[in-house]
Amino acid sequence: MESWDILRNIWFILVGVLFAGYSVLDGFDLGIGILAPHIARNQNERRALYSAVAPFWDGNEVWLLTGGGALFAAFPQAYATVFSGFYLALMLVLLALILRAVSLEFAAHDSKRRTLWEFLFHLGSLFPALLFGVALGNVVVGVPLDAGMEYTGNFFTLLRPLPLTFGLFGVAAFILQGSTFAALKVEGELQERARRTARKAGGIYLVLCGLSYIMILIYLPHSLNRPLAWVSAVLTAVFWGLMRVALQKRQDGRAFFFSSAGFLSLWGIVGAIHFPNLVRAGNDEALSITIYNASSSRLTLTVMLVIALIGMPLVIGYTIYAYRVFRGKVWLEDDFY
Amino acid sequence: MDAVLLARIQFGITAGFHFLFPPITLGLSFVILILESLYIKKGEDVYKNLSGFLIKILGVVFVMGVATGIVLEFAFGNNWSEYSRMVGDIFGAPLAAEGIFAFFMESVFLGVLIFGRSRVSKRAYWWSAFLVFFASHLSGLWIIIANSWMQTPAGFKIEGGRAVLTNFFQAALNHSTVIRYVHTVIAGWITGSLFVAAIAAWFLLKNRIPPKAKLLLKASLWLFIVTSILQLGFGHLHSVQVAETQPEKMAAFEALWETETGAPFTVFGFPDGKKQKTYMAVKIPKFLSLLIHFDPNAEVIGLNEFPEEERPPVFLPFVSYHIMILLGMLFILISVIGLVLMARRKLWTSRWYLSLLLFAFPLPLLANEFGWIAAEVGRQPWAVYKVLKTADAASKVVPAGNILFSLIMFTAVYTLIAVAGGSILIRMVKKGPDEPPAQDVEGEG
Repeated sequence: MESWDILRNIWFILVGVLFAGYSVLDGFDLGIGILAPHIARNQNERRALYSAVAPFWDGNEVWLLTGGGALFAAFPQAYATVFSGFYLALMLVLLALILRAVSLEFAAHDSKRRTLWEFLFHLGSLFPALLFGVALGNVVVGVPLDAGMEYTGNFFTLLRPLPLTFGLFGVAAFILQGSTFAALKVEGELQERARRTARKAGGIYLVLCGLSYIMILIYLPHSLNRPLAWVSAVLTAVFWGLMRVALQKRQDGRAFFFSSAGFLSLWGIVGAIHFPNLVRAGNDEALSITIYNASSSRLTLTVMLVIALIGMPLVIGYTIYAYRVFRGKVWLEDDFY
Repeated sequence: MDAVLLARIQFGITAGFHFLFPPITLGLSFVILILESLYIKKGEDVYKNLSGFLIKILGVVFVMGVATGIVLEFAFGNNWSEYSRMVGDIFGAPLAAEGIFAFFMESVFLGVLIFGRSRVSKRAYWWSAFLVFFASHLSGLWIIIANSWMQTPAGFKIEGGRAVLTNFFQAALNHSTVIRYVHTVIAGWITGSLFVAAIAAWFLLKNRIPPKAKLLLKASLWLFIVTSILQLGFGHLHSVQVAETQPEKMAAFEALWETETGAPFTVFGFPDGKKQKTYMAVKIPKFLSLLIHFDPNAEVIGLNEFPEEERPPVFLPFVSYHIMILLGMLFILISVIGLVLMARRKLWTSRWYLSLLLFAFPLPLLANEFGWIAAEVGRQPWAVYKVLKTADAASKVVPAGNILFSLIMFTAVYTLIAVAGGSILIRMVKKGPDEPPAQDVEGEG
């Protein structure tokens, strides 16, 4: 393989790692945003949940921005097609993310309108959680593209069975992340409710995961020939089982860990069946946007790799530091949320 | 309405609104670092108390900057996909690098600053303050690199209709990067320091916490004075660079229609680009030549040297550029008055001056916006100077109606954020640094 192709392969993985990192980390605060109105019974409990994510959500969201930036830098043609093609859907995601970003901070400082901000945080978490899966489902199952790599469908093209299943599955996975993280960070009755929700979400997760597999086999039969997809699928099942056992034994840290590991293995499946496509052309396989026809130059991919090799270890290092600083249960006497 | 125009309006509104916040962050993180350093050195709680107060404000300002910045990261794909296809090989990298090197660091350590005072050591806390300061400035550097490449592109070749990177350092450190960065960072320090000085002045006017307010005013006013005066030099150097590398832009800034030796500086006027006339013009003879070339008789290139379809609009760049300069001069005047009052030991008792500081705080924000408008409108009709026209940069597949729809949504949401965020900031300032933080955050519970 020539060196340019090696770089393209590496960047396929790295962009995937950034989005996977985003889904695991922002996953738990999206999940808590979705859950909070259902499992918190009063203001103190809501406060505990929001305090659990307050020091982290912003850093978590940077994974998405960096993933977007890396996609732009490494595969500009895919970035251009997806963001212009899925215009309305992604604009709605952006609006939701904007409102979500300010609402947590505003809720903490604007007690008169706290209900409004908390509602916006909830909505701003639910909406992207659903649409991320829909968007991913679409690039995987394929969308109509023309010879100039432009998307030729419309908003409703996006709402097909596989993408919608991915969307719902994504919500379940985010809720699982959120509820296991909540169980780890809070105490008392709220913790019990978080564990119960995690068990319920785990069940729904399993059903939707199975449904997604069926959809993949129907729409993307070539997936059967991807060994890495099989390995990842088995891992997903194993992690799910371990997560369930940990929940039963009230080992909240392990439950959260295996929920996260399960999320990563889902990305393994998607990566394995999607490679080397970035955006599959549903109308004509030959028009697909792949890592080979959409990538930046060898020099740019090299420069970016150097940047990533210097930067990402640092990022991982101080992210671990921050999670250690705020480890343990939420302290409500802190100036949290 | 035409899709390209709508996309431009959308970028203008979203980027212009976003650009209110990062400059405040730059200056505010600087003042916080000064206070935290004083706290480490002198160990007096007053510094910690003041810094904690400003960190809360920074939290709100930062979050508004983040929220409004998300859109911009994706705007190049949404509305400007032809731009992304054409120059993505070069333009994407600085955006990704900003995330990897700077934005992670800023977010993570701001989390430590806001929530971690009781969880980390004094030294670790100072480092967090330093890293927030450092990362916010590094973040600005990558964004300025991306922007500067649009103004004075370098380090690339055109291959198959696309720009391809040939030299990363030439592309990143192109002709305008360094001076634009210094100019922008100093603008941020001016903005943030006057922001803090205005708060301190307000406390003094209300006769609240006078010892703390005096300390805060002194620290921030000194930063404001030094940076306002520095900006005279760096702003000037930036203009000289523009005249060298984008002469038609400078000609538009100065409404200079014909190439002239001993070109005059137009202090005031209403230029009409179509008729090539400046109404009610007030000019200083030979001053423009002197400013740009240090020679009153030097030649300055006029707009007519350029083909008509490559000339920037004149009115908006001219007006924005001149208002920016006027505001810069005003900041120097405010600084000089401040110096005189301090020398005469009348700063604390000059209520008129404290009021002046209070009401002047939005002016640097205006100056930033006008400087940005001048720079970006003056770049037209190019998206990337002499490489790609704005009209050819927009997405092909996005209908005008969709852009209009999202434009309306963004405008509505940004209005909400501005009103809510503004009132929260005012309330935080009114509460002041006196109360313990825990009560500050929650009324009940």
